This record gives sequence, C-alpha cells and structure tokens, in this order.
Amino acid sequence: MAISRRDILKSLTMTAVSGSVLRVIPLEAAEYAHRMVKAEKAAAETRTYSPKFFSAHAYKTLQSLCNAIIPPDDDAKGAVEAGAPEFIDLLTSENKDYQLALGGGLMWLDNTCIGRNEKPYLDCTVEQQKEILDLIAYRKNAKKDPSLGQGIEFFSFLRKLTADGFFTSEIGIDYLGYVGNTYLQDFPGCPPVPE
Amino acid sequence: MQVKRTPKTYDVCIIGSGAAGGTAAKVLTEGGLSVALLEAGPPIVPERDYKEHVWPYDLPHRGVGVGGRARHGFDNEFLAPNGAWEIEGEPYVSAQGSKFRWFRSRIVGGRTNHWGRIALRMAPVDFKVRSHDGMGDDWPISYEDVAPYYDKVESYIGVFGSKENIPSAPDGIFLPPPKPRCTETIIKKSCDKLSILCIPSRLAILTEPHNGRPACHYCAQCGRGCITASNFSSSQVMIPPAEKTGRLTMITGAMARELVVGKDGKVAAVSYIDKATKEERRLHARAFIVAASACESARLLLNSKSTLFPDGLANSSGVVGRNLMDTVGSDAGGFFPQLERMPPHNHDGVGGMHMYLPWWKFDRKNDFLRGYHTEFGGGRGLPGVGDYDELCDEFEGYGLTLKRECKKKYGTYIGFAGRGEMIPNENCYCEIDPAVVDQWGIPVLRFHWKWSDNEIRMAKDMQETYRSIVETSGGVFIPSTKEDAAHPHGIADGGVIIHEVGTVRMGERSGTSALNQYCQAHDVKNLFVSDGACFVTNADKNPTLTIMALTWRASDYLLDQAKKGNLGA
Repeated sequence: MAISRRDILKSLTMTAVSGSVLRVIPLEAAEYAHRMVKAEKAAAETRTYSPKFFSAHAYKTLQSLCNAIIPPDDDAKGAVEAGAPEFIDLLTSENKDYQLALGGGLMWLDNTCIGRNEKPYLDCTVEQQKEILDLIAYRKNAKKDPSLGQGIEFFSFLRKLTADGFFTSEIGIDYLGYVGNTYLQDFPGCPPVPE
Repeated sequence: MQVKRTPKTYDVCIIGSGAAGGTAAKVLTEGGLSVALLEAGPPIVPERDYKEHVWPYDLPHRGVGVGGRARHGFDNEFLAPNGAWEIEGEPYVSAQGSKFRWFRSRIVGGRTNHWGRIALRMAPVDFKVRSHDGMGDDWPISYEDVAPYYDKVESYIGVFGSKENIPSAPDGIFLPPPKPRCTETIIKKSCDKLSILCIPSRLAILTEPHNGRPACHYCAQCGRGCITASNFSSSQVMIPPAEKTGRLTMITGAMARELVVGKDGKVAAVSYIDKATKEERRLHARAFIVAASACESARLLLNSKSTLFPDGLANSSGVVGRNLMDTVGSDAGGFFPQLERMPPHNHDGVGGMHMYLPWWKFDRKNDFLRGYHTEFGGGRGLPGVGDYDELCDEFEGYGLTLKRECKKKYGTYIGFAGRGEMIPNENCYCEIDPAVVDQWGIPVLRFHWKWSDNEIRMAKDMQETYRSIVETSGGVFIPSTKEDAAHPHGIADGGVIIHEVGTVRMGERSGTSALNQYCQAHDVKNLFVSDGACFVTNADKNPTLTIMALTWRASDYLLDQAKKGNLGA
C-alpha cells in the first residue's frame, strides 16, 4: 500500500505526542512528505494564466514593467519567469487600494506616453520606454517636474511588489543563495567570516 | 431562552488553554482531579494547520494572504492559526487619546502557538522592586518561592541555555544551547568590546530529545507551529498528558460570558456560549481557574456582577483591570558590510535568537529605573514578502543594478529589539466599555494607555546602546523607523509587545490586590486567576515561563486544598 502524505504527517504528529516507534525516522519522513507536497502542487499547475483583474493590454504592460524592474541575466531568470505578474494580479484582484494604485497607475503611464510619444507605453520604442522609466524610477525627478509625482508613486509601489514576487519565487530564492528550510540533525554554526 | 446545564459537576473548571490553562490542566488531572477545560477557539490539528517547511511560492499569495493583507503585518499565512490583532465580531476599544493593541489567539494552546519561545526567569530583585527603588509594589512572594517551580517547568518543557551566574538573569535547568549564527558572532564581539553582556539565549526549544519529544531540526520556523513538537506549545506539550489521564474534558468553541456565584459567595458555574450553536450553557465545578489571558480574564471578572459582587467578581479592592502593563519595546537595526562577503550557508537555526543581551547595567545608576534585555536577529533567512521594501525605497531605479543590489544586500541586516520593564501607572488600565458588545453580546474592553517618562528614557537608552553596538562592529546604524511625536525613541504602542500583565494582581493585602500568593481570590476562595493577570510587576523577562511556574504553584496549592477537603462538595 502506498503511504500517503497524510499518513506521514500523522505519524509525525503521533511521534510528537506519544513517542511511537516511528520516532527514529522523523527527518526522513518529514522530507518525504515535503517532496510529496511539491509533486502534488506541480501536477496541479497549469501552464497558461488568465489575469483576474487586469485587461489583456494592462497585463501585458504589467509584464513588461516587471521585466524591466527585475530582468533576466546570466545568473538568473527575471521577475516574469518568477511569476511576479501573476502574484501581483492575484493580490490586485482582491484589494481595492491596489486596483486604484496599479490599475490607475498603468493608465497614467499610457496616457503620459501618449502625451509624449503619441503611443501607449507598449508601442513606444525601447528608447522611449527607457526615457519614461528613468523619469518615474527616482523621487528626485518630481522636484524638477511635479507632474511626474503620480507616476513615481505608482512605480515605487510596483517595484516593491515586483521584488516581492521575484524574491519569494524559487528562482529568486535560489538567486539570493538562501540555504535552508530543511532538516538538520545539528546546526553547524557560522562558517569563518571573511575579514 | 433555555440555558443548558452540563449534568456533571467537575472538580475544577479552567477557562483558557494557553500557558496557564494548559499547565493547570496537566498538574490537576495528574493530581487526580476531574477537569473541564474551556477554550474560546477551535482545536488545533498540526497536520492540517501547520505550514512548516512550506515555501512562499507554494502559496499563491506567497504568504501575505488575500489582497496582500499581511504584507506588513504579523498575521501572515505561515503563522500558526488563529492568532490575530483583530478578530471579526470580537472588537475592543481604545479610549480617546490612548492607543492599545491586543493580540489574541482563539485556539487550543492560545498564544503559546504564536509566542517567541523566550523562557526567562525573573530575578530575585524583580520580585522586590519597591524595597529596591521605592516604585510600584513588591510581590507577596520571593524568588525562592518560585524557583522550585521554574525548575519543574523547565525540566518538563525543555529550555536551552547556559549557566552564566548573572544576577539579573538567573540560571535555570538548561539543555545545551545551539551554536551561534554569523550575525550573533558579530554582535557578541562588539558587545565584548563594550563590556555589554551577550550570552546564549534561553528558549523553550529542544536541542536534544526530551520527554518523548524529538530534538529541533533547525528550520527556524517555530512561529508556524512545529510538527515534531520540538518547541513548546501548551497544545502539544501540556494538553496531551492531561488528556492521557482520562480526567480532562476539553470543550472548544466555548466563549465564557460570566462566572455565576452561589448563595454561599463561591463561584458555582461558568456561563458560556457554545459558538457553534450559539446556545447558552452552564458548567458547574467546585473550583475555577481563570486563565484566559490578562485582559480577557479581567474582562470576565468585571462582567461577572452580582448583588454580592456589584463591582465585578473578586474586585472589592477595585484593582481588577488596573495596573495594566506591557513591555517597553523599541527597535533599531544595522547594516553590516562584512556580511556581504559571507558565502551561502544555512543560517536558519532554531525559530529565534541563539544569543541575547540580558540586562547588564544592574550595578550602576542609570537615567531610568529597572532594566531591559535585548533580542536580536537577522541574516540569511528565508526571504519573504516585504523584505525589500526599504531597499527599493532607498536604492530606487530598476533593472540589473537593482536586482544585483538586492542580492548584494541579502542577509546583511541585523535588527535589535529592546524589551524593558514598565512601571505600572494610573493611566494604564482596561475597563468595560459602557456601550459596545461583541457578537455574543458580551460587553467588550476599553483600554486606557499612557507611557510614563521612565519608559521613554529607557527607550532612549535602547537606541543609544544599539547605535554603539552597530558602530563598534563597523556597521551602519539604522534608528527606529517608528519614531515620531507619539513614539519618542521608537517606543511601541501599548500591547504591541504582547506581554500584557497585572490586571488582577496578587498581593498580601485584600485592599490593594485581588489575589493571594497562590493566585486565589481574596474575596472568593474557589476562584483562581493564574495567567499574566496575577503579576505585580512586569520585569524585563518575557512573562510566559513565570506564568507557567506560578500556575504550577497555584495548582499544587489547589491539589493540597482538595486533599484537605476544602474544595467542598
């Protein structure tokens, strides 16, 4: 009979309270359970994502901005591959404040691009996109041009959510070099600190 | 409306299943008494409720919940269930000009599912503060009275630590401490240079197998609940042995409304709401232990008015709800460039600090009375939502420079949390709000709060200390981000440190206290209040270990009374 995740977890609980014979294997059992959780999740995942809040156009713009904020490089893929747009869309679909800040922010961006370049953000040239992002990526620019204020606020919030989406993904966690969330018999302490 | 009476009369009814309630249940059932344990929340089922070892990306919301709710809050999706700053349908009120926050856990085990596992003994001087500096009141007991019970609790639950012989931080019965993390070796070095004490911390986490529970496996996730029960929670460590006796009746989803007094002036029954059916029920017992958490216990007594006790039960002194204390909290941080060069390595450790700073200036005169200890942590932890907020705001920009800056700065911050003793004052108390009830129709609490100058001077000292520690080790100090006019030196709002105590205090005299040294009400002999409410002072030691020691002592006393036949028929 195949042992189920539930059985394993239950055995761990019983170990804890009553000291069953399974006491010798909690580490192996727990690791096994963890692998099973992951496999279940992978099987349930679908490849395509349809946005819950953003329109198709807005979502494409969001993806483009996420990619600009944390792009792929030789060390690791970027925020889009890490699922940041899906994460942001999900939260936004549930939060009215986010809907205003991000939904409104994307419209502000398109409107500003149309005013400057007669094209929404996505249709702008790479140079034009860089130009507007360089303006809204820094607070100090609002001092010179107060009309950038709303764009700067929007971008500042999106930058944080993109970082969230990236650095809580498997790709992002691996990129940072986090080692842990595992089962150790002993804690090894600190390796030598470089002077 | 019909009130359903439970047919049986129990020896003891305990209200609340946290640190105090769980301890009482264990000691009393093992001592042979029949016990009914009322818990306002549901049972906890570790295999279903714990999110141990779940990665953020395993959850669609990455841990912050629907709509990003907990993006900056404490109650994230990973946390053990049912602990929250706000409970729907069960509000509380802050009086005008007061700001108080109240963290409640409605679940078997209460806040021991959510606590930091910091298990510190109070020092001898902490029991005799008035004799020492003239402020506040002495406890009716001394360290020597409680020490044997600290021994019992530590021996049973398992606490790691080291023998240090420091007057402000008495040694206990310890399991070996874990090795320090990199962040801790840096701070220790700095403290040594400054002659500040920095020693292995004392946490209720097993570094060796203990009483049938396996040792910690060092995943740093105690706050999520531990599937192997290698840390302490009442639900996994106190309740199971009580259940094993066959003398425990656990009643969950039971919200206590009122203690009902008989003609003899003793508590006859507790009236409670069965949350599932919304029915009113009554449970009879010979003795009652109220252990619902300091403020919830005061609320229950104040709501238990009768012709015999018009100001609330056990409140002829008028102290119930008064002397509300929390811990003085002020946080700061530092950036440590030397950590940028650390190679990737497992930095997790136990779910909490491996080292801490006990109060070290007990041998000199300071700008303020009493003392504080310091908790600290940081480094290469499991990344979470919100971790890069500050960096994003400071560094700004976008693209590969931002991505690489985040990687470079990962694990280079250490945060400090000062935790100090507050002296009770007349402006800090809770009372029944005259207008507001919760969804069960029970009048709610209204909080009054104002820090005194002593606490603010202490917070100032914390900030100065952390600056010197950070700068001595070549770091860049980051002062409290919470500092503003309402929070001088970053002092936290009342209640935020979740150490509320003092609201039904013990004392030698019935005129100025509600309980005797055994947590027994002066006015009502079969009533005990053994949670943080019974505290006379709130030393800089996290209260949980002392709550358990005092409850064990009160339970031994109650068992003795039962043997002598003083429980009544």
